[in-house]
Amino acid sequence: MSFKLDQLTVRHLTGGQAAALHALDLVVDQGEQLALIGPSGAGKTTLLSTLACAHRPAAGTLTVFGLAPWALSQQARHTLRARLFLAPQTPPLPPRQRVVTSVLAARLPHWSLGLALRSLFKPVDPDAAFAALSRFGLGDKLYARVDRLSGGERQRCSLARLLLSSADAFLVDEPISALDPALARITLATLQQEAAARNATLVCSLHQVEMARAHFKRIVGLRDGRIVFDLPREQVSDEMIAALYENESLDAAPHQDHEPPERIAVGACF
Amino acid sequence: MAALSLHPDPAWRGRLMACAIALALLWPALVYSEFKPWILFDLQSLAAAGGFLRDFARPAHSLEFLAMVLRETWITVAIATAGLALALLGAIPATLLVSERLSISRLGTGRIRPLAAFVRQLVRWVLVLLRSVPELVWALLFVRVVGLGPTAGVLAIALTYCGMLAKVYAEILESSDAHATEALLANGSARLPALLYGALPDAAAELVSYTVYRWECAIRGSAIMGFVGAGGLGQRMDESTKMMQGGEVATMLLMFVLLVGAADLVSSMLRRRLG
Repeated sequence: MSFKLDQLTVRHLTGGQAAALHALDLVVDQGEQLALIGPSGAGKTTLLSTLACAHRPAAGTLTVFGLAPWALSQQARHTLRARLFLAPQTPPLPPRQRVVTSVLAARLPHWSLGLALRSLFKPVDPDAAFAALSRFGLGDKLYARVDRLSGGERQRCSLARLLLSSADAFLVDEPISALDPALARITLATLQQEAAARNATLVCSLHQVEMARAHFKRIVGLRDGRIVFDLPREQVSDEMIAALYENESLDAAPHQDHEPPERIAVGACF
Repeated sequence: MAALSLHPDPAWRGRLMACAIALALLWPALVYSEFKPWILFDLQSLAAAGGFLRDFARPAHSLEFLAMVLRETWITVAIATAGLALALLGAIPATLLVSERLSISRLGTGRIRPLAAFVRQLVRWVLVLLRSVPELVWALLFVRVVGLGPTAGVLAIALTYCGMLAKVYAEILESSDAHATEALLANGSARLPALLYGALPDAAAELVSYTVYRWECAIRGSAIMGFVGAGGLGQRMDESTKMMQGGEVATMLLMFVLLVGAADLVSSMLRRRLG
């Protein structure tokens, strides 16, 4: 079992400490692939960063790979983080870095400091970076600088980093928000193939409901920090989707204090 | 006429008050600092200064003197470079300790462990102490301890600049974009690699240009410390000034202009490479 959430409540770390997720129950088996859908501000990003041990829950129990991360020592928890890969929605790539270095950064948890330093001067394993980038059609960008890439290319570049990590679970936040439909399909398929090939769990938040239903067997609908449904895709009806997104435009006002995703994604460390 | 205007500026009264208060505060300062500019125009001192300044137009250029200047310039550059290198040895670890960006305990909780917070604060205080004592005072102290000569200058620069560099390095790192570093930390990377791969690529140009600027300051600083006997071009300049040898002072000042110009060149070159 990868993740087990039992009555898990998560609060924002700043502001009024408003609850972002209310008493969630969720079980995700190892190797399972599920899509997380729901309107903006539903708590998808917070859920993903909670699963990545980058956001401490306020109440309830969280079990990751059979361990309770927040009962572990800081060191053990940080070791556990290396088994989870969180890909934030905004690609976390420094603009002045070369693509090869950005992608190889996935290996950092397993590298000694000496190796990390050496790789800054001469990339340690450019072939692996090339292979990962090629799967997203970016092989020719290996030695380009990140600020020369387009938004969609950066997004795929940060997913190429995911391929190089040794994680047993991928937590991906809106991986296709900057991609055109054709690229989006290929990208999702690549992610799913990789997860299946290494029997890794894949939790993927998506705004494109049709994509979620076409690619994922299990769909979890989230709204206002609560799980509205958690069903195999065959049982998700159009009415349920409509209800999930109902009044989304009117709901926009209360979400003003919603933190930018890159902040939530790493547990509001600022 | 402000009073007759149909649309009086509401800020006008406040500005007037601010000027009045500034003057009221400044006046005692001028009195206590014995600021008497008219002494400048005293005939006797004008004549002395005039002679000194006239000599400036003819920089000393005898071969023997130029060789001495070059030798002393070399010592000055060496003092500044060695001092800065020693300062970096202390500043880089201190930066890593002080920077909150690299806290793993804050990850997910938004709070830093009390012990870690205490260590950070302690290092901060040490840095404040190091840079609040002027380098000239450190130099005077070290001249007593290790005797006249460049060693005192090197140690004085190392201590003061360690405090300055660590503070500004930490601030540069903390004002750069946190997203990349934090994503690496969240994915299980250790602190130092997260810094190297997340924050450094974007902060490198600024860090380098600040370091080169500090090197330039260290050259100037070592000149001043030369006046208290800490070696280098400054010590010679002190001697020449006391002997009213304007030409010699002019040559040495030209040397400083060249050095600062060179530092500027190096800085812009490095920035272009890193930008």
